[in-house]
Amino acid sequence: MDFSQQIAQYIITGLSIGAIYAIVAMGFNIIHNATGIVNFAQCEFISLGGMSMYTLVVLLKIPILISFFISMATVSLIGALMERGPIRYARSKEIIILIFLTIGLSGTLRGTAQQIWGTDNVGVPAFSGEDPIHLPVGATILPQHMWVFGITFLVMLVLRHFFRNTMLGKAMRATAVNRQAAALVGVSVDHMVLLSFALSGALGAVAGMIIAPISTTSYDTGIMLGLKGFAAAILGGYGNFAGAILGGVILGVLESLGAGLLSSQYKDATAFLVLLFVLFLKPTGIMGYGESERV
Amino acid sequence: MENRNGCKLVDLPESTRRKDRFSFTLLVVIIVLIPVLVESKYYLIVLNIIGLNTIVVVGLNLLIGFAGQISLGHAAFFGLGSYFSGILTANYGFPHWPAMVVAMLATGAIAYLIGYPALKLRGHYLVMATLGFGIIINILMGELEQFTGGHDGLIGIPPLSVGGLTFDNDLKNFYLIWAFVFFCMLVARNLLDSRVGRALRAIHGSEVAANSLGVNTSSYKVKVFVLSAMFASVSGSLYAHYITFISPSTYDFYYSIQVVTMVIVGGMGSLWGSLFGAAILSFISEALHVAKQYHIIAYGVFLSLILIFLPEGVLVGIQHFYQSKKLQRLIAVKTPFLLWFNRF
Repeated sequence: MDFSQQIAQYIITGLSIGAIYAIVAMGFNIIHNATGIVNFAQCEFISLGGMSMYTLVVLLKIPILISFFISMATVSLIGALMERGPIRYARSKEIIILIFLTIGLSGTLRGTAQQIWGTDNVGVPAFSGEDPIHLPVGATILPQHMWVFGITFLVMLVLRHFFRNTMLGKAMRATAVNRQAAALVGVSVDHMVLLSFALSGALGAVAGMIIAPISTTSYDTGIMLGLKGFAAAILGGYGNFAGAILGGVILGVLESLGAGLLSSQYKDATAFLVLLFVLFLKPTGIMGYGESERV
Repeated sequence: MENRNGCKLVDLPESTRRKDRFSFTLLVVIIVLIPVLVESKYYLIVLNIIGLNTIVVVGLNLLIGFAGQISLGHAAFFGLGSYFSGILTANYGFPHWPAMVVAMLATGAIAYLIGYPALKLRGHYLVMATLGFGIIINILMGELEQFTGGHDGLIGIPPLSVGGLTFDNDLKNFYLIWAFVFFCMLVARNLLDSRVGRALRAIHGSEVAANSLGVNTSSYKVKVFVLSAMFASVSGSLYAHYITFISPSTYDFYYSIQVVTMVIVGGMGSLWGSLFGAAILSFISEALHVAKQYHIIAYGVFLSLILIFLPEGVLVGIQHFYQSKKLQRLIAVKTPFLLWFNRF
């Protein structure tokens, strides 16, 4: 395998992990746009997606397609319950308190997952076959990578359609722009916040499920993925959807190149170093306009 | 008190000063008495951990509670203090007190280099930048094996000593650590009751307003960031010399979260709250180590409950609750009397 083939290989691997980051970043963005907070429980949505996939497919032997949707619905429900319960009844609506509340809830969910599934890493079968596919550029990928690309692409299309063409999506965007104005024209802001948690629960679960066959899964697998997703969202410009995709892909590819060409131990460090570097040059992220202060 | 231009400066009222003087005296009395009352070695260790965390939390509270800037990377500064002290003394045979000062200054310099660009960031961007910085430093601790001993950790850090007195057991370290706690709290207390403290509170209130009144907000933010990093570094050095063994896992992302949690639970912007927050969360964390498999879930539930029901911090929350109870009792007693009185 010559050098250019190697590079192609790193880029393909990087793109697939970048796709995961992008999905997670969009989950962060949706909640941020609706509420202004960072939802650290996003990390747990990823783990829960992976682990429920393991439970359904490996332990209960339910077909993958059905399991996929059951897991998505379950995690989405957990997200919704999180908002309906603790977040809504929190006495303070201060951003920092709510952020740390999501950290507390994230611990609660992770602890519960640890009680249910233990601490072992478990594998999930690939969606279709394990035979590597040889690409013309000289790189080799697994069918699961194709699934990652395909599903990510599909998720993007669905979200795009949802936010542009449906009444509900438009209402969510209106809420993101201006809560009061949205409420005045009849948008139920409460429902939009609830929906945002449910949606990002579903997105987190999808990310966790499609990466599980490649990298195995465990009760805390979502932490690093979630933090990188957050990094991707910030890198692209927090709250910006095109930015999330761009941020995810940049982080994924650079991380993969860094791991391959420099040193694999510094893989995570490379990602965050790139992030710091970009932020210091452009403090609002690549495509962001800066944070408006919410009152 | 008047400054050069004849403007009246807003100082803390005399009653608060008296209360503070009383609290500090009480703290000294408690510190001196505790080892007499507490005989178990285990509780001494817990108290020492509380002290070390308090130093970090007091510094962090200056940043979060007073300047209104969030850092999720303070584990890095705590760790830098530990590793600079540890490496200098264990690997290079440096005398420990100078090593501690070098560690503090070096950590301060690093905090300046990272803080200068980072504190230009706002809100979640700052959170992410400090978080990323913390993770990078934590990875370096594990990977720079020739200096840090890698993931296995660094062993053979000598205990601190003054003259012929070596701080080699939990009791001696208790006095040493809590002397530092006392000193750090005093520094923070006096800082807050000064021009700097007023500037910081102004920044927290409104950065724009503070700026327009001539407070150089960005410079103050960086300075208080550096100061809080130095507090963390001192605590880290003390930790390294006390435990004599350090490894990267102590300084991970969770520690950063833990200390910010302590600030919030104690009450943002409350100096005594810092002590309280550090005490209550360190104690719970240590107590939960017994039930290791329930540690994450119990800590998560506990944190969530506090943040839902006592978001202003436990100390202030209890105060409010008490006041409202007192008020209710007062009303309950007075109302029949007033009704009766009104008849005439």
